[in-house]
Amino acid sequence: MGRPRRTRQTPSQTVGPFFGMALGREGDEVLVDDDTPGERIRLEGRLLDGNGDPVEDGLVELWQADASGRYRHPLDDWDPPPSTGDARGFTGFGRCPTAFETGAWAFDTIRPGAVADPAGGMQAPHLNLVVQARGMLDALFTRVYLDDEPANEADRVLQSVPAERRATLVATRQDGDDPPTFVLDLHLQGPDETVFLDV
Amino acid sequence: MASDRVGSGDDVRRAHDDHPPFRYPDYKSTMARSPERDMVTVLRTLSERTGPGPAWSAVEDDDADLTTNAGTGGRAIGARIVVTGRVLDAHGAPVPDTLVEIWQANAAGRYTHWRETEYDAPLDPNFLGVGQCHTDADGIYEFLTIRPGPYPWGNHPNAWRPAHVHLSLLGPALGSRLVTQLYFAGDPMLELDPIYCSAPPHSRHRMLAHYDHDVSVENWATGWRFDIVLAGEHATPGERQDD
Ligand SMILES: [Fe+3]
Repeated sequence: MGRPRRTRQTPSQTVGPFFGMALGREGDEVLVDDDTPGERIRLEGRLLDGNGDPVEDGLVELWQADASGRYRHPLDDWDPPPSTGDARGFTGFGRCPTAFETGAWAFDTIRPGAVADPAGGMQAPHLNLVVQARGMLDALFTRVYLDDEPANEADRVLQSVPAERRATLVATRQDGDDPPTFVLDLHLQGPDETVFLDV
Repeated sequence: MASDRVGSGDDVRRAHDDHPPFRYPDYKSTMARSPERDMVTVLRTLSERTGPGPAWSAVEDDDADLTTNAGTGGRAIGARIVVTGRVLDAHGAPVPDTLVEIWQANAAGRYTHWRETEYDAPLDPNFLGVGQCHTDADGIYEFLTIRPGPYPWGNHPNAWRPAHVHLSLLGPALGSRLVTQLYFAGDPMLELDPIYCSAPPHSRHRMLAHYDHDVSVENWATGWRFDIVLAGEHATPGERQDD
């Protein structure tokens, strides 16, 4: 007892078909510039509905730690600069509307460093995605792990997912690309439905 | 009570019972775009407890006057409104320095968007329908815009979206991410709209802006108040809470 009753949250609504006017700025899918420390990677995939059809009006957002495993956030000892429009370098946040014909999305970013697990040890490097679309009344949250990371074998979150669904969280490195490209399709519904996380 | 604020964070998670379900048959497009499996609940780590709000609020230019931000030198046509309110966290504390982005139809119900529409309503060359601003130290945001018109959509016969403004907030944590819609209290079209009605009955009213005479500006614009409550909690530097 004594726990304060939480304030009721404002309900989510769909982003609808026209969000690109405000949330679809070109360049927001590129998180890096020439000065960003870390290994360049490209992360890409498609957003698909329960029929396997491309979601032509979806929005995928990326949130990740930097190469040293730190988030640009006060809880990770980051001090926000004054709101004066300074160049801040790597923020760890990106946005990509899905392509109208194919449902494709892609980010140019860096391989994130490992982040501590409050249950002990370190988590495997991962990227966090927020998915929205016309026809979705709330946002969905998921993680992307990279298939060349040995630490995946010991990651608490990944291992807590039923083995047969774990692959929906692991992006596959393509041969020969420089920088390396990792591919993962997101399925909103159906037999390959992505594991979504309650955050 | 301090321990309530720093523990597993269950009280600041996204509260699904305040939000619409993913599957809502009256809104047809949800049927193939709604997951059918349960979400996996994670012990919140820094990946979930942080989010892009603070980093992104530090860099955007203010652009809060939609009646002039088309940059044409002309003013948008329609009924001018001031929309203002406070952004609060899951404990009811103000969230400063948060980027609020909005988009909306013009006074006639048309969006300035490349997608085709069969609705024969005029565009306004002096209105983009896009704006952004930051919350101040008290969590307060404010826009000057045009009251949007309702518009038809193809969900069902004679379907109309009630007048609304789309809002996007990033917030203090990953799960704070909120895209919602502001509606106008008293609009008779609300009860006919499956998107508005998709929210649980107890929380629909939280999407209503209310007329506020103290916000109205004499001889200029009517005033509307709309507060927003996000999941997550506002963190200040130096309050590192892991381990
Ligand atoms: Fe709309």
